[in-house]
Amino acid sequence: MQSKTKELDPILEVNNLFASIENLPILKGVTISVNPGEIHAIMGRNGCGKSTLSKIIAGHPSYKITKGEIKFTGNNIQSLEPEERAQSGIFLGFQYPIEIPGVSNLEFLRVATNARRKFLNKEELDTFDFEDLVKEKLDLVKMDSAFLSRSINQGFSGGEKKRNEILQMALLEPKIAILDETDSGLDIDALRIVASGIKKISNEQTGIILITHYQRLLDEIQPDYVHVMADGQIIKTGESDLALELEKNGYEWTDNFIKEQ
Amino acid sequence: MVSENLVKDVVSEPYKYGFVTDIETEKISKGLNEDTIRLISEKKEEPEYLLNFRLNAFRKWQKMKEPNWADLGYKKIDYQDIIYYSAPKQKEKISSLDEVDPKLLETFDKLGIPLTEQKKLTNVAVDAVFDSVSIATTFRKELAEHGVIFCSISEAVKDYSHLIEKYLGSVVPVNDNYFAALNSAVFSDGSFVYIPKGVKCPMDLSSYFRINSGDSGQFERTLIIAEEYSSVSYLEGCTAPMFDTNTLHAAVVELIALDDASIKYSTVQNWYAGNEDGVGGIFNFVTKRGKCLGKRSKISWSQVETGSAITWKYPSCLLLGEESVGEFYSVALTNNLQQADTGTKMIHIGPRTKSTIVSKGISAGNSVNSYRGLVKMGSKASGSRNYSQCDSMLIGDRAAANTFPYIQSQQPNSEIEHEASTCRISEDQLFYLQSRGIEFEEAVSMMVSGFCRDVFNQLPMEFAAEADKLLALKLEGSVG
Repeated sequence: MQSKTKELDPILEVNNLFASIENLPILKGVTISVNPGEIHAIMGRNGCGKSTLSKIIAGHPSYKITKGEIKFTGNNIQSLEPEERAQSGIFLGFQYPIEIPGVSNLEFLRVATNARRKFLNKEELDTFDFEDLVKEKLDLVKMDSAFLSRSINQGFSGGEKKRNEILQMALLEPKIAILDETDSGLDIDALRIVASGIKKISNEQTGIILITHYQRLLDEIQPDYVHVMADGQIIKTGESDLALELEKNGYEWTDNFIKEQ
Repeated sequence: MVSENLVKDVVSEPYKYGFVTDIETEKISKGLNEDTIRLISEKKEEPEYLLNFRLNAFRKWQKMKEPNWADLGYKKIDYQDIIYYSAPKQKEKISSLDEVDPKLLETFDKLGIPLTEQKKLTNVAVDAVFDSVSIATTFRKELAEHGVIFCSISEAVKDYSHLIEKYLGSVVPVNDNYFAALNSAVFSDGSFVYIPKGVKCPMDLSSYFRINSGDSGQFERTLIIAEEYSSVSYLEGCTAPMFDTNTLHAAVVELIALDDASIKYSTVQNWYAGNEDGVGGIFNFVTKRGKCLGKRSKISWSQVETGSAITWKYPSCLLLGEESVGEFYSVALTNNLQQADTGTKMIHIGPRTKSTIVSKGISAGNSVNSYRGLVKMGSKASGSRNYSQCDSMLIGDRAAANTFPYIQSQQPNSEIEHEASTCRISEDQLFYLQSRGIEFEEAVSMMVSGFCRDVFNQLPMEFAAEADKLLALKLEGSVG
């Protein structure tokens, strides 16, 4: 794979990764490398292992890595807890952000932000300072401050949940963000808001992986690389025109590709 | 009073209050008969009416059967194998704290309840009870300036006998139930509070109950009287050493609120719960009841029940005065092999009375946690309303939660609302919080305290923060 910034070390390297859940193999040798400033898209059918890959990178306890490795800023992260990965700058935007009744969104965001700040040796923010910060970030995703006083994702619409994810990304300032179908369930206006939020948060230091089925998110955020996933492997990598090709031809060929293998 | 530092800095230790104070005690011999009761009464130099009160209770108790309707399983209690009076040896008459055995002061210091003049808590008056006797009560002078009486019930018997004679047993009759009858027969000490007409008690009052002796039961008695237009907030905390035998605790609390008076009674119960295999721990059989005697009077119970091997407790309100209000806010957490059967009774007697019940039960480990409550609308309770909400949270897949709501209405013009839910902390919820950098234990405690939010909001400020930490501490290692 080519890199725009060759002189920099990759943020994330996934090398020949095999993983399974309850002895059922899901990932069968995934390799991907993300350098600072790069945007990667991973596309593929439902069930091809895209979400699994994202959860494994974030450290979900249900999956077992059977072979291969994941390196984040040069270090193997397999032994790290999910919270340690998050603190060090790995962010997963969930496809289905879960509702947590009774836990205030504001308090949650503050605890999460401070956990990250602590890792970065930055001063932890008290309630007042945090409110100032969060209000500023709310603008990025055009959210109303009323969201803050509600329980985490509880009673949020699909679009509100996704915007809440991007708000978290804005606060945590990750080194790498893996956004799992952040575009699904969004109308076109919400999609634009989310896309512009992502663009404003990312910079030449951050890496982004967009997991998506559709071209329309990639119209808003131009990826540097597009990977096609099928049956737990990346079967093709190209530039942004590969996504257009998929849009036109569908995924059927990927099935044939797997069969041939 | 469970003070600020009580649960602070203890996150690494499961039960910090398990130590025993090595102190010379005066104990009577094991066993229970009329002579035992006469002996206790004599030791306390009680007037005759009180001895008769005790003997009456004892005779009734002998004819009663231990209740077995609760969802609790425990080995039979041998009432003849318990010491009914145990007191640290002290001088006959203590006139100031300086005369209290330093070992006792040290004990309460260690529990986070400093009693001495220099170190005592500044915003709250404390009555410290050690086994069968009250050791000290702080701020008495200051309270007396407002006419507030706060002392041990033994002193009240001597100094305010008319109030004791009038009110003791007026809310919980001696034959109310098995454990209340037992307590009425053998109660040794406890706290007495009297708030005169029109007085808002200038500070929170609290009792701290410490069981030290392994083979003696604790039978304390609390009586709080709030005269017209008065108000008081009362807190109680409890701890006990770790013994591998079970210790019986059977308390009675009576509250009386007259016209426009309000009493807020908060408990953080952290008796020793036994070990992971269910060995040891306190058997906690408690009768707590408030009587809203006056018009527009209000009694509010809030409790955080985290300790004891067995909890059997139903703080209740008798709503007699018209437009009187009863409240019950409860968090009950059980872990390992703990069993709790707790709830409330709201008895609406007067017209336009209101009651609110919010109960949150959390069961972890192999524990069983039951809510049991009665809402009753009497025939004269027209225009009365009740709202009940009972939620259970299960942690792990071996814990059990039950809800037993009983509803009786003899008044068509009244409303009773009941909501109930059960939930489980899911792996995905935990992962979500962790994936934002929040530590596992903190994620669990955030979710548990989120679940308990409605109740914690009712607790006095510093109590709420402690309750939060206490729950986190109790749950340590119970998930995953």
